[in-house]
Amino acid sequence: MTAPLLDIRDVSKTFRRSRTELVHAIRSVNLAVAAGETIALVGESGSGKSTLGRIALGLLNPDRGSVLVEGRSFSALGGPELRRLRTTMQPIFQDASAALNPRRSTRQHLLQALAVRNAAIEPEAIALLESVGLRPGADYLERFPHELSGGQRQRLTIARALAPQPRLIVADEPLSGADVSIRGQILNLLLEIKRAHRIAYLFITHDISVARAFSDRVAVMMQGEIVEAGPTERVLEEPEHAYTRRLLAVSAGFRLGGSKELV
Amino acid sequence: MSSAILDMSDLTLSYTTLGRKLRALQGVSLSVGEGEAVGLVGESGSGKSTVARAALGLTPAGIAHIEAGCIRINGRDVTHLSEDAWATLRGHPIAIVFQDPLSFLNPVMRVSRQIAESVERHTPELAVAPRVRELLERVKLSASCAASYPHELSGGMRQRVLLAMAIACRPKLLIADEPTTALDVTTQAEILALLEELRVGLNMALLLISHDLGLVASACERIYVMYAGRTIEWGPTARVFGAPAHPYSEGLLHAAQTDRDRDGRFITIGGDPPDLTRIGAGCAFAPRCGYAMAACTEAMPEPIASAESSGHMVRCWRYAQRSLVMPAGGRVERP
Amino acid sequence: MRRFWPRFASQRAGLAAAGYVIVLTLVMLALEVIPGSDPRAITSEVMLPPSAAHLLGTDELGRDVLLGILHGIRVSLTVGFAAALGATLIGVFIGAVAGFYGGILDLACMRLSELFQVVPSFILAAVIVALSGPGLPQVVAVISLLGWPQVARLMRAEVMRIKHLEFVDAVRCLGARETRILMGEIVPNALAPALAAGTLIVGHAILLEAGLSFFGLSSADIISWGRMLNSGQRFLFNAWWLSVFPGSAIFLTVLAFNLLGDALGSALNPRAAGIK
Repeated sequence: MTAPLLDIRDVSKTFRRSRTELVHAIRSVNLAVAAGETIALVGESGSGKSTLGRIALGLLNPDRGSVLVEGRSFSALGGPELRRLRTTMQPIFQDASAALNPRRSTRQHLLQALAVRNAAIEPEAIALLESVGLRPGADYLERFPHELSGGQRQRLTIARALAPQPRLIVADEPLSGADVSIRGQILNLLLEIKRAHRIAYLFITHDISVARAFSDRVAVMMQGEIVEAGPTERVLEEPEHAYTRRLLAVSAGFRLGGSKELV
Repeated sequence: MSSAILDMSDLTLSYTTLGRKLRALQGVSLSVGEGEAVGLVGESGSGKSTVARAALGLTPAGIAHIEAGCIRINGRDVTHLSEDAWATLRGHPIAIVFQDPLSFLNPVMRVSRQIAESVERHTPELAVAPRVRELLERVKLSASCAASYPHELSGGMRQRVLLAMAIACRPKLLIADEPTTALDVTTQAEILALLEELRVGLNMALLLISHDLGLVASACERIYVMYAGRTIEWGPTARVFGAPAHPYSEGLLHAAQTDRDRDGRFITIGGDPPDLTRIGAGCAFAPRCGYAMAACTEAMPEPIASAESSGHMVRCWRYAQRSLVMPAGGRVERP
Repeated sequence: MRRFWPRFASQRAGLAAAGYVIVLTLVMLALEVIPGSDPRAITSEVMLPPSAAHLLGTDELGRDVLLGILHGIRVSLTVGFAAALGATLIGVFIGAVAGFYGGILDLACMRLSELFQVVPSFILAAVIVALSGPGLPQVVAVISLLGWPQVARLMRAEVMRIKHLEFVDAVRCLGARETRILMGEIVPNALAPALAAGTLIVGHAILLEAGLSFFGLSSADIISWGRMLNSGQRFLFNAWWLSVFPGSAIFLTVLAFNLLGDALGSALNPRAAGIK
């Protein structure tokens, strides 16, 4: 069996909220993502899913445990090596406007990202923009984030994430900031990218129906621990843990056509 | 409807700032009767929040201008009311709760005290302490929670506090503008159940505003769908969501249910949300509509009743002409 | 940036202030090039009230007051700008470093800034001048030292806010070094409030310089409005023009810079115009 692309082993992380208060954001979490696989990390606020996402990206160091990317541990690496390893994984965030530097144009954002693989040239940037549905690419180059709509900003962050040709994308609630009507567009784009480039995804969301639609495996997080994990079909059809069942019940209750009494 | 608590007819409101004019509402007609649960659904730029604020005269003075139409509360015309006159209407008969409770609560005052203030201001004839206890019971807030400061409470509890303050005024209509958006899924369900309980228990009407279709569908009998400042479809929830007449409603439904088509792609509405500074004469949805016709860009259609009537109205040229039959769902796969 | 100009231009007070400052600067530059009459020229036309020949009157040595005020612009603007620049540079640097790295460095910087904030400005200025002699560089140094804490605090607050934004993490994932992130991504976005505060320091500097001159703590051969006030105060009741005009010049200029700072601050604040 080949080593997983991302291997999170027994990771724990605690934050100090005040002199007396500790927050155990993550407790002994194990998670592995194989190349080309999509894993949905489902949980509500406070579950620790975003913290786990940042640890996976190498932006945060765990207090205990290790994070291995392609077999190499983050903690074993020095400065330049660590920085290079980070580029194998790219983020997509929830709030596209906070994810872009307001003083940089589209061109500057993309060239900065393309510089990682020494491809900082305009034709590449244009090709990237068109691959995420911003056509014609040349029109968007000089625009600043505030001149783009919410959907366009999110597409730009996706283009930026693709620029260094990463092997894993950590998407933290990428749909939550977008209008319902455009979520499908972003999902389709992410699906296309998944099929075309065989990129692995760690898809963090609170919406279990999106997890159902998008991922191969699901891991459910509650208060810092993974309470259930497995193939998507299995977990969502036959949940074992009470919390998973509760999450499913609540989202089902909101399904349209399921509005009983008031009909 | 003369028994309507809130009645907006043909309301047109725009915001003017820095020389730009934004048409927030155009010809919006909406009514909420006694004890009803009405939903208002829309995305960014739909104008739903403006409707909530206009209903209580909370739109920014000097920037917001009502250009046409009127608003009636209990039959009284309040369209151009003065600030002083509005003060007598806020709380009773109409109260409002917003999305982010933390911004509406005084951070240095205990929550019970804030509820007590609401009681003192709106029902000075009542004994404060027993009334506060009664309110806390209604919103299911424990005494220990009540004695806390806002930042010590969870989002759901803070929202309950706001609800307690709102019902202290004994409103006939409660407007809830995205009340659960900032909350977890499980807490959302609780707050929704509470809203329903309050509505029934206090014979209070509810205007629930949200972008979340599932939420609105499960809580409301009647629903309005808004797009780019206009109400484009409305009627009984079961009708509007069971057989949507407007392409936007249809698309919204599919998007909300993450439905896929035969090729496995998610069904979505193409294009971007509308730019309210550049709305032309025709239907604002036309650029994104798969069924757009020539008539769509020329003028905004009048409301027409749907096939099964029952109060289901839609503003759509295509539907008016019935030139294309909507796919009956055979194309769609539910996951 | 494109949203900046309409917002700035819509504030009439700020525009008027900007116009005033531009006029002052032009006059100052013009006087460098065109010598004109000598403001220090002592004439026999002593203590004359405003008239056609001397629009703002003359002082006890027959010097023309208008000329004095026009030439005094140089000192005020130079001290004002230099001090503001010094304070802003120091403040931006310390604030950025404290805000970004946090921890002990932050603690140390904040304690240092508090130290400088606690000292009463005029006393410190007077002491330094007494020790090192009068002169413009001393005044500039004092004001920079006293002014940087305000700027540093604003810079630090903005940096602390921005460093948590997602785009900073995104650039980190692209393999950027921490210092590059601070200089290239965070600082440019954090400057706005600090710069607005810097503008306000100009007014403060002008006042302080005027105060020092008024108390005779500045060099005698520099023409400054404060010095004119110093000479003129003896004749407050006989020759009101010797105090009123320099005083008004100080008042208007400080007011202009304050209004300018306010307008800049509002225009740079993206939350100011909000609809929705």
